[in-house]
Amino acid sequence: MLRIPCPYCGVRDQDEFRYGGEAPIIRPADPDKASDKEWADYLFYRENTKGAHLERWLHTYGCKQWFLIERDTLTHAITQVRLMDGVSGDG
Amino acid sequence: MAESQPFRLDSGGLIDRDKPLRFQFNNKQYSGFEGDSLASALLANGVKVVARSFKYHRPRGIFTSGEEEPCGLVETGSGSTRVPNVRATTQPLEDGLSSRSQKGWPSLDFDVGRIIDFTHGLWPAGFYNKTFKWPGWHTWEKPIRNSAGLGRVPEGPDPDHYERVNWHCDLLICGGGPAGLMAALLAGRAGLRVLLAEQDREFGGSLIKERTGLNDKPAVEWVRSVIRKLNALPNVILLPRTTATGIYDHKVTTLVQTGTGTNWRECYWVVRPKKILLATGAIEQGLIFPSNDRPGIMLSGAVREYLNRYAVVPGRQVVVAGNNDSIYQTAFDLADSNIEVTAVADERENIDTGLAGRLAALGIDLLAGSRIVNSKGSSGIRAVQVRNAEQEARWINCDLLAVSGGWAPRVHLLSHAGGHLKFDGANHCFVPGQTPDGVYVAGQASRPTDLAGAFSVAIDASIAVCQSLDVVSPDLDIPQITADIVCSRHSAWNPPIASGHRQWVDLAHDVTTDDVELAVREGYESVEHFKRYTTAGMSVDQGKTSNTNAFLLLSHLTNKDPADTGTTTFRPPYAPVTAGVIAAQSSGDLYVPKRYLPAHSIHKKMGAKFEDFGWQRPEYYPKDSESKEDSIHREVMGVRSGVGVFDNSPIGKLEVCGPDAAGFLDRLYINNIRQLSPGKARYGLMLNESGVIIDDGVVVSLTEQHFIVHTTSANAHRVFEIMEEWLQCEWTNLKVAVHDATSSWANFTVAGPKSRDVLSVLDSDMDLSPGALPHMSAVSGSLLGLDCRISRVSYSGELSFEVNVPAGCAASILEAIIEAGEPHQITPYGVEALMVMRTEKGYLHVGSDTDGATTPDDVGWGAIARRKGRDFIGRRSLARPANTAGGRKQLVGIEPTDSTQALMPGGHLLLGTDRDAPAITDGWVTSACFSPTLNRYIALAMLRDGQDHLGDPVVIYDQGKRHNARVVAPAFYDPENARLS
Repeated sequence: MLRIPCPYCGVRDQDEFRYGGEAPIIRPADPDKASDKEWADYLFYRENTKGAHLERWLHTYGCKQWFLIERDTLTHAITQVRLMDGVSGDG
Repeated sequence: MAESQPFRLDSGGLIDRDKPLRFQFNNKQYSGFEGDSLASALLANGVKVVARSFKYHRPRGIFTSGEEEPCGLVETGSGSTRVPNVRATTQPLEDGLSSRSQKGWPSLDFDVGRIIDFTHGLWPAGFYNKTFKWPGWHTWEKPIRNSAGLGRVPEGPDPDHYERVNWHCDLLICGGGPAGLMAALLAGRAGLRVLLAEQDREFGGSLIKERTGLNDKPAVEWVRSVIRKLNALPNVILLPRTTATGIYDHKVTTLVQTGTGTNWRECYWVVRPKKILLATGAIEQGLIFPSNDRPGIMLSGAVREYLNRYAVVPGRQVVVAGNNDSIYQTAFDLADSNIEVTAVADERENIDTGLAGRLAALGIDLLAGSRIVNSKGSSGIRAVQVRNAEQEARWINCDLLAVSGGWAPRVHLLSHAGGHLKFDGANHCFVPGQTPDGVYVAGQASRPTDLAGAFSVAIDASIAVCQSLDVVSPDLDIPQITADIVCSRHSAWNPPIASGHRQWVDLAHDVTTDDVELAVREGYESVEHFKRYTTAGMSVDQGKTSNTNAFLLLSHLTNKDPADTGTTTFRPPYAPVTAGVIAAQSSGDLYVPKRYLPAHSIHKKMGAKFEDFGWQRPEYYPKDSESKEDSIHREVMGVRSGVGVFDNSPIGKLEVCGPDAAGFLDRLYINNIRQLSPGKARYGLMLNESGVIIDDGVVVSLTEQHFIVHTTSANAHRVFEIMEEWLQCEWTNLKVAVHDATSSWANFTVAGPKSRDVLSVLDSDMDLSPGALPHMSAVSGSLLGLDCRISRVSYSGELSFEVNVPAGCAASILEAIIEAGEPHQITPYGVEALMVMRTEKGYLHVGSDTDGATTPDDVGWGAIARRKGRDFIGRRSLARPANTAGGRKQLVGIEPTDSTQALMPGGHLLLGTDRDAPAITDGWVTSACFSPTLNRYIALAMLRDGQDHLGDPVVIYDQGKRHNARVVAPAFYDPENARLS
């Protein structure tokens, strides 16, 4: 069970959070103009990085805020914590 | 008493001879002492055979003295408190304990199942992959499973109580032997919050099993003084009888603590330590030789523990054999207690002269370069055949054979934590290599070492922990080792000798060297394949005393370096864990909190039958002794012909406010919300970005900047989270605030032709006349002096008013509505009746009629979605080829040809007449019920190209039966919505 550092509440158990996937995921500014491939990339394509992974988490049983962490997908070491600060998340 | 415990020595041991205990094994009475384990007491009484082996039903005795026991597994308790596979070696002896062997029919001593042993050539590893094919595996599966295996599960639910503790500390120490105690003392004195867990009921580890002397006294006295000092430190917690079962991500560690004299049986500790010190010791390994599984063959260290701790020697003529120095200590200890040691057979040719000299002085034969080549004695060893370096073999009588195949550091927890292992060629075992950040290893767990080395590494590790936490470490007195024991250094490992007799590698799963050779011949050479093919290491002991031999043998047979063979992956739990302790108090009523409606007491008074729909809700309100069906039908007719009242409080009520609220909602729903005028209500569909319907509901506009979104009751929180997600992560510039007011407002639906008449009686400033409050509109005001909001929306298809009042007033408002409705025989109706009515109207139930692929067009809302020129979530996906292709399933109604034929959701549709399986399905029934309004059974379904098949015949294929039916439009009742105007 991960111990996740919420930027508002401090380190809490993973059970209090919901995972939001890889970040940033950029929603096409004009979906009508997006090709099928561009739209499919937005919906489904993820880098699935081995190593440092920027991702969203929601402190659902706490402050209910979304934030970002960088986590190593091999070791689970958490190396960065950031506020959402305009970085788009998974649609 | 000498007669009753023939193998108990007259003095010595740490047992309390002033406290005799009586116990039972296989219905025979025995006696022992306080401080005994069940195993030591059985051995004291001369009980040699306690079990039958997993596959071959061979007689087995106690092999070890600890938690790693592979053979001595017994059953205790009965009925719902029955515990299978209890290790007799860790089961404390209690007065009145009743235990029994687990296998053997008709008895442990005479087991018909032994026939498998006599035909063992037919049952090599993996035999079930190659044989028993005809007529089918299932013919043979049951008898084979009944024959193999060990314990029986308990009968009935677990009656015991379990607890859970969540804990934070600076340092968690696993293992309370010399290394763990030393580290705890140092860290405790440094002021750190320390948790020390020891799986045995006594602290001390090797210090209470060996003849170690510290400061000129028996080591146990030093242990007791350290425990006193640790108990005096308020920042140190000692947990005996507590096994660390796993280390998980970020060092979160689970411990299972056994209670004594508590009202809880076991307690689950979930610890979040800053640092972990693993002082878990080492596990002695068995020796591979022909016929090495007989009762009376025990690990050499276990023989010492039974002698020194329990004053038990289960034999009078002992042979000691092995491949490392520690076997000499066993010979010395036994000789010191006047037990005859006939010989010591050492596989190595070069033997330390000091050890050889001491042995000679005791008059014990030393057989250097010698290996056991056979043994005799089915229900207890009688003799071993030893072959020396000159290849001369002779039989030596013995009734106890102490063996040691080396010592392996207990590295399981380290591996859970992500530590890597390396192979120690000098000691033939896997030792810690790289340890993860914040995890330390000390004592025998770090590498085979003597006591001085164990103390020293423990102190170094403890100092390192203090430094890493910026704490000053105190000075500590190390006790003087005045009597030391021979440790296990300089071991050898020789491949098994050639023999016609079977040689066991894994005693617990009856895996022999033949099986390992077979696995290699068949190509299962990687250690993970080999494990699963032979099942070596997969029994309840997880191969603790056998895996090192197994991996070394595998590497030998595949001509690999053991470092390349490696080990199998270590996974939690380290030892068997009771399911109940993991659940702790989260079971029964406490598993999931129950949510009650604010007017629950009134519903109860009205005789409601409750069901859990996420909230405890009235399913139906049976009158007198009517059946459930009759009640539902009466409720439906009551609403349609007069008036009914339904508690809709769980419906989601999300308040969305702000200058950008309308535009925000417009982006979330396929419908035009941006131009929804104050006082108006609009039914909307919410999609995900793949264009799939995830929720529906009515949006009510109170003002231009204040909306209430009525989500489905199941999705209230989910939709709230979706809104927050878009606002926090994507549309961060929108000026919108969202509040989940679901449980703040009670909501009662008053429905039926007489509903307005009933509501008009209640004192209010709201105009409910058709002109003032048309269908799909809302008004706010006061009702009976309370804040109230009434919307005209309908899920039943009748004239319907949803009355929202503050939740605290729910009961009194419901009572007032019932009273006002009495002249009209108002009918309280439940969820079942509502579901019948909405099915009659063909109204969607998201999640029943829709699934993970349903788009608006599939359910008749495609035009609305296409008409909207502005972007909304999921809109782009509706243009995807899969969503515009023909052949999609579409919502239709189904009328069975036999109007009395009930249909079930899930029944498959096959277009045409006289269709049958096997076939490609054309769709499925999604909702079905008896319609009292139409006096026939009806259903909704998703049918391929359904809109093109209205009126066509279809066959419903349902669990092997077929029914004829007709495809119709989904709205069976009042399709023009005349009753809503």
